[in-house]
Amino acid sequence: MKDIKVNVKDLSVFYGTNMALNKISMEIPEKKVTAFIGPSGCGKSTFLRTLNRMNDLIDNVRIEGEVWMDDIDIYHKDVDVVNLRKKVGMIFQKSNPFAKSIYENIAYGPKINGISQKQKLDEIVELSLKQAAIWDEVKDRLHDSALGLSGGQQQRICIARTLAVNPDIILMDEPASALDPISTAHVEALIHELKKYYTIIIVTHNMQQAARTSDLTAFFYLGELVEMDKTRTIFTNPAKKQTEDYISGRFG
Amino acid sequence: MKRTTKDIVVKSLTGMSVLLILFVIVAILTVTFIGGWSHLSWEFLTEFPKEGMTKGGIFPAVVGTAVMTLIMTLVAVPFGAITAIYLAEYASERSILAKTIRFAVKTLAVVPSIIFGLFGLGFFIKFVGFNADKLLFAGELHWGQPNILWASLTMALLTLPIVIVSVEESIRTVPREVREASLALGATKWQTIRQVVLPGSITGILTGTILAISRGAGEVAPILFTGAAYYLAELPTSLSDQFMSLGYHIYIMSTQSTNVDETLPIQFATTLVLLLLTFSLSLVAVVLRYRIRKKVK
Repeated sequence: MKDIKVNVKDLSVFYGTNMALNKISMEIPEKKVTAFIGPSGCGKSTFLRTLNRMNDLIDNVRIEGEVWMDDIDIYHKDVDVVNLRKKVGMIFQKSNPFAKSIYENIAYGPKINGISQKQKLDEIVELSLKQAAIWDEVKDRLHDSALGLSGGQQQRICIARTLAVNPDIILMDEPASALDPISTAHVEALIHELKKYYTIIIVTHNMQQAARTSDLTAFFYLGELVEMDKTRTIFTNPAKKQTEDYISGRFG
Repeated sequence: MKRTTKDIVVKSLTGMSVLLILFVIVAILTVTFIGGWSHLSWEFLTEFPKEGMTKGGIFPAVVGTAVMTLIMTLVAVPFGAITAIYLAEYASERSILAKTIRFAVKTLAVVPSIIFGLFGLGFFIKFVGFNADKLLFAGELHWGQPNILWASLTMALLTLPIVIVSVEESIRTVPREVREASLALGATKWQTIRQVVLPGSITGILTGTILAISRGAGEVAPILFTGAAYYLAELPTSLSDQFMSLGYHIYIMSTQSTNVDETLPIQFATTLVLLLLTFSLSLVAVVLRYRIRKKVK
């Protein structure tokens, strides 16, 4: 296996007195796609959101354990959450472009990072849209509202917007669950392309999607990490019976 | 059969309520227009009242209302918007401070306007003004009397709940996902509020502002004791001057008039001006909202 990008040690998450995740430990390799699967409420999305500290926004949440990215424990008290989120981008289940033009959506991240030169912004916008494979569809209407695009296009705009801040890691929370099959295929092809440059972690309900897009798969159940292995192994020869039952559709 | 009867009853009841409301609006507008339209002229708007207010125009009342409304807006909107941002974005659901503010806002909204007037008299004039005079002017009367500043501030207190509620509501209409998108890009909370949340709720902020303005422009009770004057021969030149206001002018013309026949058309025309003013403000609100909606689609 290649270099480890994220190293999670004994991570537990509580909502009030409810335990959502129980002592999760895992290693996520660099420039690979890692998929999290499991039934609803198993904690996979919660786990994803601990990786860019999005759970911090929720009242009454308590997090224990360590999450190392490169050589930093992101839950250490000296860590600047804002900087962390610049390095760990996130794509959401429902596409959520800002009520701004396509151009302004992409330029938003670079601008808050202090880039104001028009030429530089133009470059970033074009490059990001190209990387997200949507440049050809929108290049003639960059200054139209992003809300006028289709759901699939909006989701790729959101991916481009994340790429524009140049993160190391991209978290995807069921990025294709609200999309039609063709848009889903676009997004999956994109994931395949992006893993050359980025470490990608994807939560999905769709087992075929996990099988198609990921290199490694982790199966979560009731807040526990049941097992994690190469995707092929998980889908053909899982070590635990629970995993086998789930992927063969016997529960979940 | 029974269901259709019920349908008919409900339909006619709702229809009648609509007609009743329309009737009231049409009646007010018709009466005011018929009584006031012929008296309305450029001179009426730009001249001072003459001959014991039985002739002439309403210029000082128009100016007074405009200036008072402007100062009120400059105070109420920033204060209200900042409070609303705190309530919607920073306060946690269980925060005691936030609960207290919400309770205060609700209570303020139902306090009768005359009480605001008394509060303004007691607090701004008797307490703040009087003590300011004592400190700055050795007791000589400058601020310890009714003036346009105290009246505007009192009116700002009255309109504050309207601003807070409408701004908070519109801030809350901005979806959580959009905020999260901004935060996930490494924006700080303030950057998110400033660049995503506030632009997304600008419609509500404008609506709240305009609602507050049209409320403030028409209110009389809060300014009775705090700054409105019966008659002034000159326009106010400083914040410590008294002023004339359209609403108060209507009240005076209809209760204190020396010659009812002469002042009746003036009353109608003044009422018409006040109505047109508040209506056109609402119209501006509608147009602004439409434009902004169209822009963001």
